Amino acid sequence: MTATPVPVTGRRRGPPVDPRLLRLARSARAFLALTVALGLVTAVTVIAQAELLATVVAGAFADGRDLAALTTPLLALLAVVAVRALIAWGTEVAAHRSAAGVRGELRRRLLRKVVADGPVARSGDQRGALAVSATRGLEALDTYFSRYLPQLALAVLVPILAIAWIWPRDLLTVGLLAVTLPVIPLFMALIGKMANRHVNRQWHALRQLGGHFVDVLSGLTTLKAVGAARRQRERVEHITDRFRASTMRTLRVAFLSAGWLELMAMIGTAMVAVGIGLRLVEGTLDLQTGLAILILVPEVYLPVRNLGQQFHAAREGMESAAELLDVLEADDQGAAAEPFAAPAPTRVAGGDAIRCQAVAFAYPGRAEGALHGLDLTIAPGERLALIGPTGAGKSTLLALLLGFAAPDEGAITVPAGPRGAPTPLTDLDLSAWRAGIAWVPQRPHLMAGSLADNVRLARPDATQDEVAAAGSRAGLDGLVAELPQGWATDVGEDGGRLSVGQRRRVALARAWLREATLVLLDEPTAGLDPASEAHVVAAVGALARDRTVVTVTHRLALAERADRVAVVADGRVAQSGPPEALARREGPYRAIAQADPEALRGLGWVT
Amino acid sequence: MSDLAVLRRLAGLAAPLRGRFALATLLGVGTLAASIGLMASSGLLISWASLQPPLLDLMVAITAVRALGISRAVLRYLERLASHDAALRLLGRVRARVVARVEALAPAGLEGWRRGDLVSRLVDDVESLQTVYVRALAPPLVALGAIAVALAIVVPLDPRAGAVLAAGLLGGGAAVSLLALRLGRAAGRRLAQARGSLATAVDDVLGGAGELLLYDRVEDHLARVDAADAVLADLQRREAWRAGLIAGASAALTGVTVVAVAAVAVPAVTAGTLPGVFLAVVVLTALAAFEAITPLPQAAQQLSDALGAARRVFAVLDAPDPVADPAEPRPRPEGRVLALEGATLRYDGADAPALVDVDLTVRRGERVALLGPSGAGKTTVAEALTRLRPLASGRATLDGVDLSALAGDDVREVVGLVEQQPHLFATTLRENLRLADREATDADLHAVLARVRLDRWVAGLPDGLDTEVGPGGEQVSGGQRQRLALARQLLRDPPLLLLDEPTADVDRVTAAALRRELLDAAAGRGVLLITHEAPGPGEVDRVVTLDGGRVVAEADGAQPSAAARGLAGEERAAPATQ
Repeated sequence: MTATPVPVTGRRRGPPVDPRLLRLARSARAFLALTVALGLVTAVTVIAQAELLATVVAGAFADGRDLAALTTPLLALLAVVAVRALIAWGTEVAAHRSAAGVRGELRRRLLRKVVADGPVARSGDQRGALAVSATRGLEALDTYFSRYLPQLALAVLVPILAIAWIWPRDLLTVGLLAVTLPVIPLFMALIGKMANRHVNRQWHALRQLGGHFVDVLSGLTTLKAVGAARRQRERVEHITDRFRASTMRTLRVAFLSAGWLELMAMIGTAMVAVGIGLRLVEGTLDLQTGLAILILVPEVYLPVRNLGQQFHAAREGMESAAELLDVLEADDQGAAAEPFAAPAPTRVAGGDAIRCQAVAFAYPGRAEGALHGLDLTIAPGERLALIGPTGAGKSTLLALLLGFAAPDEGAITVPAGPRGAPTPLTDLDLSAWRAGIAWVPQRPHLMAGSLADNVRLARPDATQDEVAAAGSRAGLDGLVAELPQGWATDVGEDGGRLSVGQRRRVALARAWLREATLVLLDEPTAGLDPASEAHVVAAVGALARDRTVVTVTHRLALAERADRVAVVADGRVAQSGPPEALARREGPYRAIAQADPEALRGLGWVT
Repeated sequence: MSDLAVLRRLAGLAAPLRGRFALATLLGVGTLAASIGLMASSGLLISWASLQPPLLDLMVAITAVRALGISRAVLRYLERLASHDAALRLLGRVRARVVARVEALAPAGLEGWRRGDLVSRLVDDVESLQTVYVRALAPPLVALGAIAVALAIVVPLDPRAGAVLAAGLLGGGAAVSLLALRLGRAAGRRLAQARGSLATAVDDVLGGAGELLLYDRVEDHLARVDAADAVLADLQRREAWRAGLIAGASAALTGVTVVAVAAVAVPAVTAGTLPGVFLAVVVLTALAAFEAITPLPQAAQQLSDALGAARRVFAVLDAPDPVADPAEPRPRPEGRVLALEGATLRYDGADAPALVDVDLTVRRGERVALLGPSGAGKTTVAEALTRLRPLASGRATLDGVDLSALAGDDVREVVGLVEQQPHLFATTLRENLRLADREATDADLHAVLARVRLDRWVAGLPDGLDTEVGPGGEQVSGGQRQRLALARQLLRDPPLLLLDEPTADVDRVTAAALRRELLDAAAGRGVLLITHEAPGPGEVDRVVTLDGGRVVAEADGAQPSAAARGLAGEERAAPATQ
């Protein structure tokens, strides 16, 4: 049993060699050809080895030859051994090369596709799953290439060549093999089909069981707090034991298919041996041929037997590859259209308002829309605050403004082209449009590398002085002074060493490095304690001067400083106006300002 | 711990299952013995038959061949069942042990393990322990048994051929195993590093796609992925060479030994010491015996992985209790007043103490807020007050009785803790609530749900109390999670309640409403509300401000902002306006 549960997939079992993999990489095609060639050579050596061993044994026993007379076949045997050892080594090395080639190619294409689809097309969890498939999952392709494919070649070639060799020598054995060999995959498939249902159910159960263990471990402090921890010990043992019993019932069936294979191979070997013995007694067969066939027969069954085992080992890699290929073949998911061939218009600098007209958008794969006909105009130089409950569509609006996705209905237009005509964002040269935007997401991503490199992401040619200046303005001086190597400090994987507040300040420093006219801030103060919050607020305030700023926030203090507040609820603008005016009026904004639980529940806010 | 000591402890863990493991091993030896016997008896049958004896003389050999063929398949099937059964039983035992241990350790004894890390690593390690027997320990034992069988056939026929075969099987088997063990260890760390770099580079592109698009930096980050892949591929190419070396060596070992056995046995036939009819037996036995050696290189690598896993599991099992119950605990107090008196607490291995000389009192019917920035030591106070963490000096008392004189479960019976991240289990709402009180009826549950203002939400759920909250409670929002956790404590009806940052995971607007409703639900009890945001005026009776592990201010609940002014440095200095 494997320790890691094989993913349970409803996928129909595809052909043994996924043709998409072969189309994808030349190295895979070359390897397949090499595998067949090596398989052929192996089959020949298997036959030669049987023949030579039989020659030695029959020569010494039946013909009374001594060692000197048998030197030639013994030396030839050594040569055959050397060839087989070389093939064993060569298969591993060649398999690795082609696996690495396929892996690299597949991963490159996947990453390109995911980036082209934009960050909106997939949830963080989906991207996380893809990251695992693109690294660990693809590594399992090595097994597919180094074990499964060569075994597949042997399982086809060895029986064919062996039968061809036995044919002129002993037709009866050929008949036996011809009966038992095809029966093996047939019955395996039948039993396997039956067992597969059990096994899938079982993997599910095993995963639940593992899940229960994880669940209990993760929640032990909670269990202690409610006085229920002691009970769990017995429960874990009891549940594990119950699952063991049901697992064993399944395994009894699941192992049948391998057991059947083994039984056929062994009975086949035994029947061949007995048949040869009887024909030797009759005198219709000579000893040397009989021995050679006897040695050969188990070798005919061996690769077929191994294939089943290797199939399971290779499954993870195949499934990861198939999963990535599916992603690659899927239609573009709500991706913003790439700029067309004709030079796309760029925005008129410092131009007119950004208009969202009846914008509707639903995330791919989700039935419920995020925006339902949102209307909003953002005037140049305006400081606009978007306030509303989680899931109201605020961050989605920012993603659309960034051109990460296109509205399903309606349009976001900005004045562009020579005459400054309102042009949908999707028709613009997106990279030119984005060049004028500074964006601070809720959880900015930090790249592997130094703090300076991370700020410089916004402008690779920025000098260290410019980086430092941007850092100062974003309030990073204190952090730089604390870090062991200042600006050169490696911030660790995805900025693991930095707090959320510090990450946002890095994103603000990035914003300072670009000459942006539009600043998008996504909950810049969420999850910060008052001290860090004050730092971020100060840095944001400085950046906001002379720019158009859209701030998504839950913080009234931030909203109160805006020129205008738009309350977003259920994918629409529910109320909009200057904060002082809204505070005087009965309505959603006042409910929020007073944190009145009942009124907030009515807005779908407090749950 | 040396490798041998780890193995010995593993054996100790499996001791009650000794019989089952022995049975699985014996079946494994039987399987190989049958397949060696099949080849040997077939060889004998054919050689004998070529002398054209009466058919009846051959019947024994014919029967043996058939019986051995069938028994190999049957034995193999039984062996797989027996070994999996034993492995699963072992898994259950180890899991129960680990849960019992972690229960005693959590949370104070698990310092230095990041929570998510600890759980996933421990789970992986425990899983790999179940296979240590099947994958790592059984193959060499089975191989030894099978080698004994092969030698028992060959040695009586021709001792010299037997010696050659023994050398090939034992020496060669040991050699390829050691080779695999050594090569695997050397590259492991560098491979792990290269995998880490690649994963990071991939994560930067997938997780940072927004930033890369915005700053038009997609291409150079794709190039980084390729560079990381190239480093990994290069290491793996060397690995593949080594794997190839082992595979080639195994193939050569088999071939050369069989040739050598034949080269020794043929002169014996010529000299008449080995009857020719047995020559095929000797050669075919040698050939078949190498099936026992094939799994050894892989077993050696599995063993080295499994030992690492076992060490980590034993480290958890061996960790000392952070808080031990007294031999004769004092009777459970009623719960009128909970206090810290000059409490100082230091985390293992930390330079600075987490709490310094803290005085704090919460009486029944009183609402106290403990205010402070992240890292001030607020959660540590909650853990000290629920006997989850021992003090270095000073006292934590309940109705004047030192907590160390009480049983931990008794303390937590009286002092209800709602953690900052309360865990919801992958089961129904009903079962999650009933954890706190096995006897609670649905009516009881609905009553507490109404008190935490979740009644309407539950009523709106299609499955009501039967709603599955999913692994880790992913189906519920941060606010709902806090309300459910409080409902759990209300079912137990403790006179004193500790709420640890109940509003940390919700937005600010929700936070104010949630805080008020939670305090309302807890009315009548002594409540310590831990928070990083000052509560509204009048929401609590007193505010105690903690910073750097010290109490820096205390204020009346009518003016909570006065307490916030006690906070040092950053917050005061930070500008309040743009």
